[in-house]
Order: sequence, then C-alpha cells, then structure tokens
Amino acid sequence: MTAVDGPPGGEGGDDVAVRRAVADAHRREWAFVLAATARVAGDLDLAEECVQDAYLSALSAWTRQGVPGNPAAWLTTAARRRALDAHRRATTLRAKLPLLVEPEAVAPAEPVEEIIQDDRLRLVFTCCHPALSVPAQVALTLRLVCGLTTGEIAAAFLATEPTIAARVTRAKKKISAARIAYRVPEPAELPDRLDAVLVVVHLLFTTGHTAPAGDRLVRTDLVDRAIGLARMLHELMPDEREVIGLLALLVLTDARRATRMDDTGGVVLLADQDRSRWDRTAITEGGALVREALRGGQPGRFAVQAAIAALHAEAPSYAETDWRQVLGLYDVLARVWSSPVVELNRAVALAKVCGPAAALARVDDLVADGRLAGYRYLPVTRADLLRQLGRPDEAAAEYRAALELAENTAEREFLAARIAELDEADGRGRIEVSGHRQAEAHGGHPDHRPELPTVAAAEPADGAADHRAGPETAGRRDQR
Amino acid sequence: MAEYLVLIYEDETGYANATPELWQEVMAAHNRFAEQVVEQGGEIISGRALEATQTGTTIRKDIVTDGPFVETKENLGGYYLITAKDLDHALALGKLCPAKFGGVEVRPIMDTSGGQ
Repeated sequence: MTAVDGPPGGEGGDDVAVRRAVADAHRREWAFVLAATARVAGDLDLAEECVQDAYLSALSAWTRQGVPGNPAAWLTTAARRRALDAHRRATTLRAKLPLLVEPEAVAPAEPVEEIIQDDRLRLVFTCCHPALSVPAQVALTLRLVCGLTTGEIAAAFLATEPTIAARVTRAKKKISAARIAYRVPEPAELPDRLDAVLVVVHLLFTTGHTAPAGDRLVRTDLVDRAIGLARMLHELMPDEREVIGLLALLVLTDARRATRMDDTGGVVLLADQDRSRWDRTAITEGGALVREALRGGQPGRFAVQAAIAALHAEAPSYAETDWRQVLGLYDVLARVWSSPVVELNRAVALAKVCGPAAALARVDDLVADGRLAGYRYLPVTRADLLRQLGRPDEAAAEYRAALELAENTAEREFLAARIAELDEADGRGRIEVSGHRQAEAHGGHPDHRPELPTVAAAEPADGAADHRAGPETAGRRDQR
Repeated sequence: MAEYLVLIYEDETGYANATPELWQEVMAAHNRFAEQVVEQGGEIISGRALEATQTGTTIRKDIVTDGPFVETKENLGGYYLITAKDLDHALALGKLCPAKFGGVEVRPIMDTSGGQ
C-alpha cells in the first residue's frame, strides 16, 4: 500500500461524516494500522494503545482538516509517532519483553515515509500461532485483527468480559515471554500455520452461522467478521488454494442466510428453504472460487467442503441435488481430512443415495466409536434416519437426547416440534419447550464445546458443516 | 537469541527395567540431539538427567516428605537449557529432543535483566 498524507478530501466540520469516516476506517483499516504500528512499537499493548489514540485524535483532526485521502496512512503515521514518542519519553514505558520483530531483508521501514509495508499477515500469523490455545487465537484475532473490544468479543461468545480480557492478556504475555516471532512463516511451515489461521476464521464463521447458545440462530456480526477476514486473507495470499476454498465455503454457506429461519425465528431445513431467495450474486462468486480452488492437484479440505456447498447452492431443489456427487465429495473429504463429523455428514448423503438403512449402519458405527459423544447432531441424524425407517419411538428418544444437548433456542424449538409430531402420531401429549434451561454464560465459547455446530439438525449433509473433530483433533494439530 | 528450558517428562516405568540395549539407544539419541541442536543454529547451555522421582524429597513449609513434589504419571526426568532465536526455533529443536516414554515442555527463561 502506498501512503502519504493526502490533501484534505472531506468537508471540515461535518461531524456525522467525520464520525462515519472514522468508523469506516476502524472497520476497514484497523488491522493494517495496528500491524504497521506493532513493528515500530515493538510491543502489542503499546501498539494497541497508540492506535486507539490515533483513532481518537482522528475525530478532531479530521473535523478540522477534513478526512484525509488515505485514512489508513494518516492513522498509521499518527499511531507510529505516538509509539516513538512513548519510547523517547521513557525507557521504563517499554515493556520488559518486547515483541520480537524479525528483521526485514530490506532496511526496516522508517516511521514516517511514503510506503508503509502491509504487515497484516504478520499480525494474523502471530495471533493464530499454534503455541496459543485455539480460544486464545480466536480472542486475539478478534481483538487485534478485527479491532473488537473485549466486551464485544465476550458478547459474541456469551462469555464474561473479564474471561475474555484475561485470555487476551495471557496470550499477549505468552507472545512476548516465549518470543513468538512477529513474522510470516517460512514456505516450509506455511501449510500447517495457514491451516491454523483458516481454522480460526472458520470457527468464527460457524459460531456465527449457528450460534451455540442463545436466542438467535445466526449471529451476523461474527459471520460478517469471518467473511471479512477470509476476504482479507484472499487479498493478501491470492494463490493459496485453501484460502480460496475457505472464502468460497463461507460465501456459499452465507448465501442461504435469509432463508434459514422463518418469520418467527424458527429453523428452516435445507430441504424446505426458499431457494429463490438465496443470494445469487454470492453463489456465482462462490462457484467461481470453488472452481479455482479445485484446480491443480489434490484439493484441501476447505476446497472440498466448498465444492459440496456449491452442489447444494446450485441445485434447483433439494430433491434434484446431485447426491451421488455429494457422496463422492464426502469420500474425497474423508481422505484429505478424516474426522467422525465428516463421516456423520457422509452418512446423510449416503441415506439419499443408498437409503436410510445403510446410513443408519454407518451412524451406529459412529455411536460405537464414541468420539462424537455429546455431539448433538449425532442423535439428530440418527433420529431422522429412524423416522424415515418407520421407527417413531426410537426416533423420538433420539430427538430427546439431542434436545438435552442443544442450547440454541431455535434449534431447541425445532427438536421439540419434531418430538411433538412423533408423539402426536403416537397419540401421546405434547412436550413443553418454554421451560428450557438458559444457556450458561460459558457455554458458548469454543473451549467449552467439544464440537462445533452446523450439520444435521438445520441442514442435513450441509457442505458448510463444521468438520472439526473435537478436542482430540485440535490438540493433535496444536502439537504439530 | 533467547533461552528456553526443554523439560523432559516421561513415564519412568519405561526405564525401570531398562536393558543395556535400551540405555544405549537412549544415550545415542541424546548424543544425536546435541549434534542436531548445533547443526540447526541453537546451543545447549546445559542438560542433565535426573534420578527417578522415588529418590526425590519434598519440602513444604519446612516439612520434609519422601517423594516427588507432585505425583503424576509422567515426571520430570531431565532437562536441557538451550538458546534459540525465537519460539518457532525452540519448538523445532524441542521436537528433536528424545522422550521415548513421554514428551517435552518448552519454557522460556524469564529475562530478569530489566530489573523490577
């Protein structure tokens, strides 16, 4: 990015316009400004403080002088000046353990010069370093890359603010104390390290796509942040096929956003969604990205998941979905990324191709396997298959088991309705859903959830299903 | 460069009835590790193996008890104090450290030079 203080572009004195410009710059440029300032500040806390100050001072400065032509450059210059001042004023202000900025091949950038290097990738890879726990990576990414306050992050994950604040502080402390370098990984380590970043972005998306708890099925704030991050990664690493695959997956999945709930906030199954209301622009964009992600060599898991999402998105109806190809893609997915959640999704596609009995046998294998214990979509999938097989009593029992595990209100109501249908058919009474227990404050955060949502209940065989295999897999990845 | 302690945690029963061949294998692995650290641009400042936990004695508030500080399945059995350029480097070296019956923890050494 080239950046000089441009000539004043806006009209001075227009408070609303200036506030909007600052808010826009916060949303669009926070990562750029912070990443560039961290290099000069040499400390993430100091960098954050300086960037916050810069945004504050922009309000009055831009009101006086007009909005600059390049707000990111203006803000970066202002934040870096503050960082340098802080260093000059007193060495005691410096953190004892400075951020380890790996030297450039070229001479380090001067604080004020024409070209400000884009350090956003350094920031992202530092936040998503595998030596940090996944919840810490998530919180740090939202805080430092997206510029969310700890309060906003806490709200998004239904956690308390002190919990999130402590998590962010611990992570930053580890970055300095253990000397996690502020750099982009070498080509040899890039695949693993990039995967960690993509997992964080995907986790944000799935958390927003089907909120783990609470009254809303979708948290658009998180969904939008995740898609924004995927777009940023795509812009910064245009040739990475898994980045393309992830972006495609998110865009295609989100294309159905408007149809996933009815007017009262109830869950609408993939089979029943009004496909005429799917976002065609997004589906076109996602489809093109999928084709790009699949080109050349073995595709990665996000590319394959995106391909499945594309098959659903491009099918004229649920019945006319190419289930054979969906099943084939799940076979590919199972090869590139083995996980019991993938197996569960595959079983749903198998039911469409080979009938519910064959699928039930696979699901029973998964029950015996035990790794999906406590995963609510396991009993939901089993229940759906039993229902199709004309075994309502067993189906109802499985829906009840799922209800015990679901904390999202919309999902709970969906499950309760299914149970009621089966019970009514059987001449029994309705069950009451209103008295369900409230989601606990901590329940929503990924570190307390063995599994992430999205498969069977709302959207069987959905390509956007989160195929994380739970803590074991996460742990294994961390150890790599 | 920064200093890290590589703590080797292993199930000591693995060594309880070790054959001479096993000891030889372990010693060879540690010698190879020492060479690899240097080859990869790190340095071993010191490194030692510890006697088994049952030889340990714990002191808490002047009360002396027989045995390790914490009873666990995998115990601290040895360490290396190394230098590495950053955590990634230290972890790359840590991965090379032999720990046949367990694993290692890589801990940064605190920089106390700044005072406070």
